[in-house]
Amino acid sequence: MDQGIRIDNVGMTYSGLSGQVEALRAVSLAITPGEFICLVGPSGCGKTTLLNIIAGFLTPTCGAVEVNGRRVQGPGPDRGVVFQQYAVFPWLTVRENVAFGLTLGANRLPRAEADAIVDHFIQLVGLGDFEHAYPKELSGGMKQRVAIARSYAVNPAVLLMDEPFGALDAQTRQFMQESLLQILEQERKTVVFVTHGVEEATYLASRVVVMAARPGRIREIIPVEIPYPRLAEIKTTPEFVRIRARIDSVVREEFRKQRDRG
Amino acid sequence: MANASHRAPAASLLYRRQRRRERWEKTGYFMASFGMLLVIWETSRALGIINPLLFPSVGAVLESCVAQLRDGSLQTHMYASFMRVLVSFTIGIVLAVVCGFLIGWFRVVRMLLDPVINFFRSLPPIALIPLMIIFFGIGETSKIVVLSYAAFFPALVVIYQALVSLEPIYIRAGKALGASNLEIFRRIILPQLVPHIITACRVSLGVCWATLVAAELIAAQRGIGAMMVEAQNFFQMPPLVLGILLIGAISLVMDAIVRLIERRATAWQEKMP
Ligand SMILES: Nc1ncnc2c1ncn2[C@@H]1O[C@H](COP(=O)(O)OP(=O)(O)OP(=O)(O)O)[C@@H](O)[C@H]1O
Ligand SMILES: [Mg+2]
Repeated sequence: MDQGIRIDNVGMTYSGLSGQVEALRAVSLAITPGEFICLVGPSGCGKTTLLNIIAGFLTPTCGAVEVNGRRVQGPGPDRGVVFQQYAVFPWLTVRENVAFGLTLGANRLPRAEADAIVDHFIQLVGLGDFEHAYPKELSGGMKQRVAIARSYAVNPAVLLMDEPFGALDAQTRQFMQESLLQILEQERKTVVFVTHGVEEATYLASRVVVMAARPGRIREIIPVEIPYPRLAEIKTTPEFVRIRARIDSVVREEFRKQRDRG
Repeated sequence: MANASHRAPAASLLYRRQRRRERWEKTGYFMASFGMLLVIWETSRALGIINPLLFPSVGAVLESCVAQLRDGSLQTHMYASFMRVLVSFTIGIVLAVVCGFLIGWFRVVRMLLDPVINFFRSLPPIALIPLMIIFFGIGETSKIVVLSYAAFFPALVVIYQALVSLEPIYIRAGKALGASNLEIFRRIILPQLVPHIITACRVSLGVCWATLVAAELIAAQRGIGAMMVEAQNFFQMPPLVLGILLIGAISLVMDAIVRLIERRATAWQEKMP
């Protein structure tokens, strides 16, 4: 049974040397299957923390997360993760990185089939000329594209992406946004996507979740009622501009509040 | 070069040519460096800066080398030393890898053993020789024990500290792709440790070799150290100096071999130029 993601009253408090930090307080959100959620908000408002809890890397101090009806207790291949810090394996070549998931016992495929998938995603992220290069020979944006291809390749039902296109140049970012939407046309996935870009959020998301800081919580949820498939051209339509402006004003207000306090 | 396909062929050729030139240059300096040493050696004898009776000429050392190679005694000594180092180094490294994993993996074991390890690590292996001679006699066993000990501790420390400082993000990435614990270990932790294990081998080999000579100086019939003690007893200067040169040369060669393996195994690492 496909039930999407249920985030139920999640709170997270880190305790470290410098005392306790309440990174999340009472965050609840129901994400239906196939939805594309963008998390936006000021730096330090707990976006990465929330993503890590859904991924199963962190156990929340209170509340729980369910993915497709099963309570999250650890990471798994049903939830692909693209990390803010790339996390490309430096000891493997580009090709070996992209193929990594498919060579694991959990999602092993026949050799020819796996090769075809790997080829496809290496081409998609535009690294065909670099398949035998090691990550140390790549730029930051190229590393991030390897990481993206690596998680696309195992075809997870849920994609968790932490500022995945942040390090890319404007053209590549635009292209990666379109490719992501295209992939989702072919294989329905639920996506939680963290970004600082309001335009990026508006273009990709079916709902934009604006968060507030200290403690991190959901400030407002703004639906983007523009049907998919969305071509790049929609970014200039009046409807798009209006929604983007609305999100922008909430994000800016939160940013101002945080600055005034800090 | 396996990963050259993404480079323009011309650039790759240029790169290789430059590398070759650098290698020749290095070899040249290497020869010049040792040539200088020989010149200083001979001139200081000729000028009487060192007493020619107490320090043999280059020719005399070579002569003694050839003579000992002829009657096979040099081979016997070198073989004995080599085998001691090889056996003890292997024992030491294997134990260090196994224990390093246990210590790096289990926090309790680490907290409990860390202080003791630091004590033993700072204890020079030579300090154990008298005790080991009483325990095991002056035969091979006592030497193997001391040398294995010498190889073990430095390697252990390198390995478990590497394990403790591993980046957790790669393990996370692996888990999110569906890797089992065994797969995480074999395909994510182990590859990151390979460079450190090689470093451990380099350090251990050096310490092992240094300790070997000390152990042989004290009690052995065969081995380079034994050869030197015998030469000293009979006041034969050429074999004594030959021993010194051999020890230096062999440890240089061993280090070069390990470095070669290191370069192959860690091509992926980012290095300072
Ligand atoms: N491991 C940790 N230990 C202690 N505090 C932490 C830890 N990780 C995050 N925090 C704190 O929790 C809060 C939220 O951090 P988080 O990384 O989730 O923010 P973010 O929204 O992803 O920020 P950014 O946009 O800068 O990536 C911050 O105040 C941070 O200082
Ligand atoms: Mg973050």
